[in-house]
Amino acid sequence: MKPVQTARYPEEARGALSFGKRFRPHEAVIQALLFFCAAVSILTTLGIIVVLGAESSALFKEVSLWEFVSGTSWQPTIGEFGILPLVNATLMTSLAAMLVALPLGLGVAIYLAEYASERVRETLKPILEVLAGVPTVVHGYFALTVVTPALRGLFGQESIEVYNTLSAGLVMGILILPLISSMCEDALSAVPRSLREAAYAMGATKLETSVTIIVPAAFSGIAAAFILGLSRAVGETMIVALAAGAGPNLTLNPLKAAETMTGHIVRISGGDISYDSMDYRSLFAIALVLFLATLALNMVSRSIVKKYREVYE
Amino acid sequence: MSGREDFAVNLASRHARGDRWRLMFMLSTLLAIVFLGALILTIVDDAFGYVVMVDEVDQRSLVPDGERLESLDAEALRAVIDERLSPRRYRAIERERPFDERTAADLYDIVLYEIVKPRVAETYTLFESLFARRSIVEETTLAHPDGELVFRSWVNMRFLSTSQTARPLTTGVLTAVKGSILTISITILFSFPVGIAAAIWLEEYAGDNRLNRFIQVNIYNLAGVPSIIYGMLGLAIFVRGLERFTSGSAFGASTSGEVANGRTILSAGLTLAILILPVIIINAQEAIRAIPGSLRQSSLAVGATKWQTIWHQVLPASFDRILTGAVLAVSRAIGETAPLVVVGASTFLTQDPTGVFSKFTTLPIQIYQWTSRPQAEFRHIAAAAIVVLLALMLSLNAFAIFTRNRLRRQKRFG
Repeated sequence: MKPVQTARYPEEARGALSFGKRFRPHEAVIQALLFFCAAVSILTTLGIIVVLGAESSALFKEVSLWEFVSGTSWQPTIGEFGILPLVNATLMTSLAAMLVALPLGLGVAIYLAEYASERVRETLKPILEVLAGVPTVVHGYFALTVVTPALRGLFGQESIEVYNTLSAGLVMGILILPLISSMCEDALSAVPRSLREAAYAMGATKLETSVTIIVPAAFSGIAAAFILGLSRAVGETMIVALAAGAGPNLTLNPLKAAETMTGHIVRISGGDISYDSMDYRSLFAIALVLFLATLALNMVSRSIVKKYREVYE
Repeated sequence: MSGREDFAVNLASRHARGDRWRLMFMLSTLLAIVFLGALILTIVDDAFGYVVMVDEVDQRSLVPDGERLESLDAEALRAVIDERLSPRRYRAIERERPFDERTAADLYDIVLYEIVKPRVAETYTLFESLFARRSIVEETTLAHPDGELVFRSWVNMRFLSTSQTARPLTTGVLTAVKGSILTISITILFSFPVGIAAAIWLEEYAGDNRLNRFIQVNIYNLAGVPSIIYGMLGLAIFVRGLERFTSGSAFGASTSGEVANGRTILSAGLTLAILILPVIIINAQEAIRAIPGSLRQSSLAVGATKWQTIWHQVLPASFDRILTGAVLAVSRAIGETAPLVVVGASTFLTQDPTGVFSKFTTLPIQIYQWTSRPQAEFRHIAAAAIVVLLALMLSLNAFAIFTRNRLRRQKRFG
């Protein structure tokens, strides 16, 4: 009986059959290509740092850094570049946003994770997620056409301006609410059942279990969610561009108009702007501050998760 | 006193407190749903409703007794145009396209918008129209005796199929929709391959060394950078730095006489691509990670090379999830406004984009523009544009779900 196939590997014929690793050029090319694609993200970061750094350092040649951080007036037309009014407005809108999103988001998360039945949770979670995908310009529209008129009806037309940081901040709170509630809910659900059951066995009520056992156990996740939400609020643009007003204004009154860092960048770059002017460079300096602030917040958020996460079996 | 009684004394108040807070948690959930629902309801509310139309020139003065303007034929319409249109406008419109070549519907539009000039005197929202119809009718007869009360859907065929104009009644979203679709195509073309390739590198090839860890951390950090920063990056790199390429001058493309100087659809698309790249990578990584190692090992065991394993086994098995994650990222990109304003979207563009080197405007940009106008009509127009934007996003998501389900059915491995 003849064998089905008599052909041999060429290597076998040469007596050099090897099952060791062979060099395959096209595999190496593909690998290099894949690495290059992954490295695009590094290029992006480098690009951001170089672009923001170069343009702002050109500004800092003419305006001292001290003047930039401590000046109380931002008026590029007369050469005043004090970032305080813009930072102040950003902090005010973000604070208002967190005041809405923090208690509400945690309340929603506790309800969904601890109280709601399986069916309610399965219905509400996707709804919240879909609503989190609504573009922010829609929120801006909502702030300007619904919330601001409602606030003006509430406080009186004279005491509150058409553009104000309160309205923008409140709607921003609605914007980050789904983010915070869904992250908190994940953190709460990750706490194992045994902890709850132990608490019930000790005679704790559902509320006592949730507030004194589950929330502290999930604290790292909740804190990370809040910080991430804050970072989102600081970087949010369209709501403040539409509803918070145009023109930097150093005020602590949330009923007055004040322009945030992001709002200022959008308004100025949306108009006709000539390259290499002080106006143009100052935008990059603002963006640098924004970038560093959000980067710091994001890193803190991630390190909290890493460092303080309770690991359960 | 026994401990059991002590316990019972507190029990009622503890339960009462528990019930109170339970109610609070439920209320906050309800409030969240109400807020988010109000967002959607407002849009619907503003996109439809009664309007009071007042004509500058009475339609009845243009046509013979007993006839209506809509029912006139082309010749009669021509006669009206010859008689009533100012010579200057006549010449301008004739230059666009000669009157003899125009259809009756075209001529009717000219008569309507150039001679009759209807104007929106008052607008009402949908809920007002539904629940306060009587008072609206009374108000209208008092304030605008010669006005006509009509129910108007601000989202209508005309709105969907015409390019942008300066007047709220005749303007349309076609320019913006085309801009959005072209921009997003560029984004997809660039970000899908690069993002998926990066994810493959990180999941399949990258060893656990410092460089790869840095790339991974870097991607997480990029995902949290505010979108406006990407706009600044796009402005400096694509619009200014690579102006020769993004304006098309390096390829000899002329932008129909208009100077777009780098503020083109190409720049916008690339900026958005860089923006959603981290999200695409992270989602694709999760999809690839979900593939069991046994699949790779069995492929390698029968002699496939690493790339053959990835290309023929890992990618087909994870493609449905990769696609879903990528489409979610793209639907976020469609709604992005701030980076495109920074990159240099045109504020008023009547010419539809013809290619990647055209000036651009997108749907969110138009919504932003229209919302910031003070007139009430533009507010309704903005709401109508939002309806179109949300419909576009929804259909994209529906397409993704549909494709995913089809892929799942063809798939060999879980």
